[in-house]
Amino acid sequence: MSASGGIAALAARTRRTGMPVPILKRGEYLIASIQSTLSDADLIRLRDDVLVQVAHHRSRGVIVDVTVLDIMDSFAVRTLSALAQMITLRGAETVIVGIQPDVAFAMVQLGLTLSGVATALDLEEGLAYLDDHAKQSVHGGHGSEAGRRN
Amino acid sequence: MRHFTVSSAEPTSDVLSELVAHLRRNRAQLREEWMRRISASRLLTSMTQEEIFAEATSVFDNYVEVLETGSVEALQAYARDLSERIIPRGVDTPEVLGIVLLLRDVLARSLFEKYQGDFALLNGVLDAYEPAANRIATTVAVGFVQERERVIRQQQEAIRELSTPVLQVRERLLILPIIGVVDSERARQLTEQLLHGVRSNRAKVVVMDITGVPAVDAIVANHFVQTVEAARLLGATVIVTGLSPEIAQTLVTIGVDLTKMNTVGDLQGGIEEAERVLGYTVLNRRNGPPHMDPAQVS
Repeated sequence: MSASGGIAALAARTRRTGMPVPILKRGEYLIASIQSTLSDADLIRLRDDVLVQVAHHRSRGVIVDVTVLDIMDSFAVRTLSALAQMITLRGAETVIVGIQPDVAFAMVQLGLTLSGVATALDLEEGLAYLDDHAKQSVHGGHGSEAGRRN
Repeated sequence: MRHFTVSSAEPTSDVLSELVAHLRRNRAQLREEWMRRISASRLLTSMTQEEIFAEATSVFDNYVEVLETGSVEALQAYARDLSERIIPRGVDTPEVLGIVLLLRDVLARSLFEKYQGDFALLNGVLDAYEPAANRIATTVAVGFVQERERVIRQQQEAIRELSTPVLQVRERLLILPIIGVVDSERARQLTEQLLHGVRSNRAKVVVMDITGVPAVDAIVANHFVQTVEAARLLGATVIVTGLSPEIAQTLVTIGVDLTKMNTVGDLQGGIEEAERVLGYTVLNRRNGPPHMDPAQVS
């Protein structure tokens, strides 16, 4: 595929510049654990990195842990929404975990509700959500996706 | 006019000091007259005669002192202190204002009596007396009203604290009974409490019962929608219960979009729905189906 060349190049580039957000593989899931406040460029890079990794590991779920973020501006919310939609196109699920109460309140006031994106309290809850969802996709719903993976 | 020697052309300060001297000389008599008129007007009925006497003495002395110095600071402090003491006794604003105005009248009468022979001098004395007396009445009234407002604010705060408990019913299940009027400030507080409750109890489902909310308009409904969305960002589902038929009618008529809210009729239904979401089954050990009763299976 011609696309794989592009993805490989992208992966190489991210490897060269270093990853501000470590992306850990845990079984069929990827965990992107944000460690510090991110710039807009960092967010874009996170989005690209996660997409590359999902393709590479054939992951079925992605968890983005935003526990340390004490600000979620419109760009961050838009980027994470886009990330979730792109990952859905790859046939995987995304869960945003660890949004702080104060951050959630501020987001709602600004009308940034991450609609259509799954959220969970913390990493543990996020993993539980993905486990549940994976079960559902085997039994139906995303039947063709599940079949192709097995 | 026994001791009065200055003419009406004298500067106001001299008139005032003469006035103060006069009031001090006749302190006992004026105070008694004032007390008599207080009881005649049926004011301060919740206080005993001794209490009224003690307070009247302090008010009288403060009053004369303000006339003398022109500074209301000491009176302000006294008015605050007095209000703090008498508000819990159920003394009303008209009563406080009434007694201060009575004192003003009693003193003015005494001045009339003393200077009735010299009309020009009486005018001068009243010119000095009236602004000061009005200022005193204003100070006492304002002090009283401010104290009342402080008490009311304090009580509102206390009611707010009391009326939004976040309670855990089962593991991962919270209920939030809302009672009373919801305004923007309270909605903010409520959401904050709920979000912290979700986090600290690791709740997955919250049942928000609004049976005790008297009225829901577009603004309040919007607050509830925001609360629901904020909780979702933390991964919790909110079930709203207790929308009365009237409120449901209002909301549909004014066109509030509540499609994002998961609503169930009453609190019981809400908790049952929450248990279903969390995977709990509640069994009645007496009447439950035999095959589901562990005691009978074994």
